[in-house]
Amino acid sequence: MAENSSELFDAGHRACGGCGPALAARLIMKGSGENTIVVASTGCMEVFSTPYPETAWKVPWIHSLFENAAAVASGIEASLKRQGRDEHVICICGDGATFDIGMLCISGAFERGHNITYICYDNEAYMNTGIQRSGATPYDADTTTSPAGKCSTGNARPKKDLPAILVAHGSPYVATASIAYPNDLVKKVERAVNTEGPCYIQVHTPCCTGWGFDGADTMALGRLAVETGLWVNYEIVDGELEKAKKIVNRKPVEEYLKAQKRFRHLFRPGRNEEEIAKIQAIADRNAKKFGIDIALKK
Amino acid sequence: MMKIVEGSHAVAEAVKLCRPQVISAYPITPQTHIVEALASMVADCELDAEYICVESEFSALSGCVGASAAGSRTYSATTSQGLALMFEVCFNAAGMRLPIVMTIANRAMGAPLSIWNDQQDSISLRDAGWLQYYAEDIQEVSDLHFITYRVAEDHRVLLPAFVCFDGFILTHTYEPVDMPTQAEVDAYLPAFKPYQHLDAKNPISMGMYATPDYYMEFRYEVDRAMQRARDVYVEAARAFADQFGRDYTGAVEGYRLEDADTALVAMGSICGTVKDAIDEMRADGKRVGLLKIRSFRPFPAEEVAAALKGASTVAVLDKNISLGQKGAVALEVKDALYGSGIPVLDYIVALGGRDIRKRDIAKIVDLAEKGTGDMFYGLRTEVL
Ligand SMILES: Cc1ncc(C[n+]2csc(CCOP(=O)(O)OP(=O)(O)O)c2C)c(N)n1
Ligand code: SF4
Repeated sequence: MAENSSELFDAGHRACGGCGPALAARLIMKGSGENTIVVASTGCMEVFSTPYPETAWKVPWIHSLFENAAAVASGIEASLKRQGRDEHVICICGDGATFDIGMLCISGAFERGHNITYICYDNEAYMNTGIQRSGATPYDADTTTSPAGKCSTGNARPKKDLPAILVAHGSPYVATASIAYPNDLVKKVERAVNTEGPCYIQVHTPCCTGWGFDGADTMALGRLAVETGLWVNYEIVDGELEKAKKIVNRKPVEEYLKAQKRFRHLFRPGRNEEEIAKIQAIADRNAKKFGIDIALKK
Repeated sequence: MMKIVEGSHAVAEAVKLCRPQVISAYPITPQTHIVEALASMVADCELDAEYICVESEFSALSGCVGASAAGSRTYSATTSQGLALMFEVCFNAAGMRLPIVMTIANRAMGAPLSIWNDQQDSISLRDAGWLQYYAEDIQEVSDLHFITYRVAEDHRVLLPAFVCFDGFILTHTYEPVDMPTQAEVDAYLPAFKPYQHLDAKNPISMGMYATPDYYMEFRYEVDRAMQRARDVYVEAARAFADQFGRDYTGAVEGYRLEDADTALVAMGSICGTVKDAIDEMRADGKRVGLLKIRSFRPFPAEEVAAALKGASTVAVLDKNISLGQKGAVALEVKDALYGSGIPVLDYIVALGGRDIRKRDIAKIVDLAEKGTGDMFYGLRTEVL
């Protein structure tokens, strides 16, 4: 079956059923095409897609370490340039690799202006090592290193604004996307790989195992994140906001929170009004900042 | 052509002649002059290479990993703290069988912070799967780059390699060096032909994860490649000797060793001092010799055993220490001489740039003849 498939990220991987990142990989490859070299970092996707001697990748793929994908990609890009080759070089890395341990290499690669596209599949925690928090973990999420408890409501800090940091590096194209909007993601990847210079895309990829929901609901959950304003799909071109996905009658965050075990503590034993209000405020701030609200009378 | 050059510049010149396609490096004393010289060669279009000005040593070697995996000849240089920052990438590059060549301007490891020479840095990475060659002087260190690229890139080997020389003692010293021409080096060192590389027309996956069912075989293969590197090195060095007349074919090299009672063993620039000291001791009637170790990885145990078989005492000068045990070279030599009954005494010398002179070598020989060894030589006891 795989032999006849046109997928560049193909059958044979071992992700959980309904894995957001696995779907992201397929869509990313549709956008980038076969003339692509993929650089990965250690994490769920690396492990589920390349258990030696098998691989799900039909494009050249390399994994070196948890934190150095951007530097490895820099070397690959330099190497291709020297040899007069023109493959797209893209990194596909988890949020831990991107927000935390890989920051140094990413900052260096973006400052040097390598012609690479760095794509973070953001499942909002370290899933491969058993659901620990990262700098991308949202406020109040329960993870194994930010557990909700008697004196804790879960992760104490909001998500780091990494896109803004990379805009500040002078990146010509910074975008966010969601697997729940597949065509949008594919188009953004296409645009990024055809933009000269270091581009960044952060893809929201719900993880059924880490967040605690049924794998059949991955798309629905991705959509809810966008519809509540907790995730905004936007494009920043040469430092200017070009486009953000508008939302008609934005939904309350509660709908999104209630659907996941990682926020269960906000509803049990009683509703934690104060914390839910704080999360609603995050969504409201997002909506205002990116101007996404369209209110229609019901 | 003979030129008087600074050690670092000789290395940069030799590297240029090797035609690296991608250089990825970060400055650190005493390696700095090498990467500066290469940067200006690129800036002046004397060297047609991509020079990636990375933000750390960690990225320097990671960049080499990417460049080498994509099929380019790749170079870096570092020392001490820089090498320590590369630790993780060093194992990774070897496991992925990428023939990156990196010059190590040997320097002590902190703390306390020291910019001066000993060999603790590269020795501490002895198990990473990199070939490790040590040079005695500037001619040797420049020549070793040509040979090392040939060995590392040989398809029977495919391993990364350190070319080590002592920081300041050699990096910042001027010596006359015979630098080959580009045409001569081109005739000796063929263009890099990767065994396999990242290429969209022929996709492969590299650096996958391996379960316990497979991991050991990868380590075994790296070890076999190391073992094969012994012969490949000799071949490459012999071809070099045939073409250039300078002979580095021995993984070890003896100096007045044939009839020596006390044999000293050392690596790097200290060998020059030891040879002079030996000449003086010989003039006084002492039967002393030196075994210089050029290849530390792979370790030439057979050659060491053969070269030292006639000695009654072996005294190893170690510019490093495996704390809680002995110096690393002494441990290897002991292992090589196991069962021979020849006593091997270890002397930890010249750590952190402490001077070591001919008279110290003579004292060490006296100590060894009395059977006193396995000690830090030249310790200041008043600060202990
Ligand atoms: C230097 C280093 N520290 C820690 C680890 C352990 N580790 C492997 S993957 C991982 C987390 C990956 O998280 P992320 O990048 O978010 O990807 P995910 O697993 O969620 O897909 C960690 C901590 C490692 N491999 N290397
Ligand atoms: S744990 Fe999450 S990211 Fe990992 S395979 Fe399962 S669903 Fe995908």
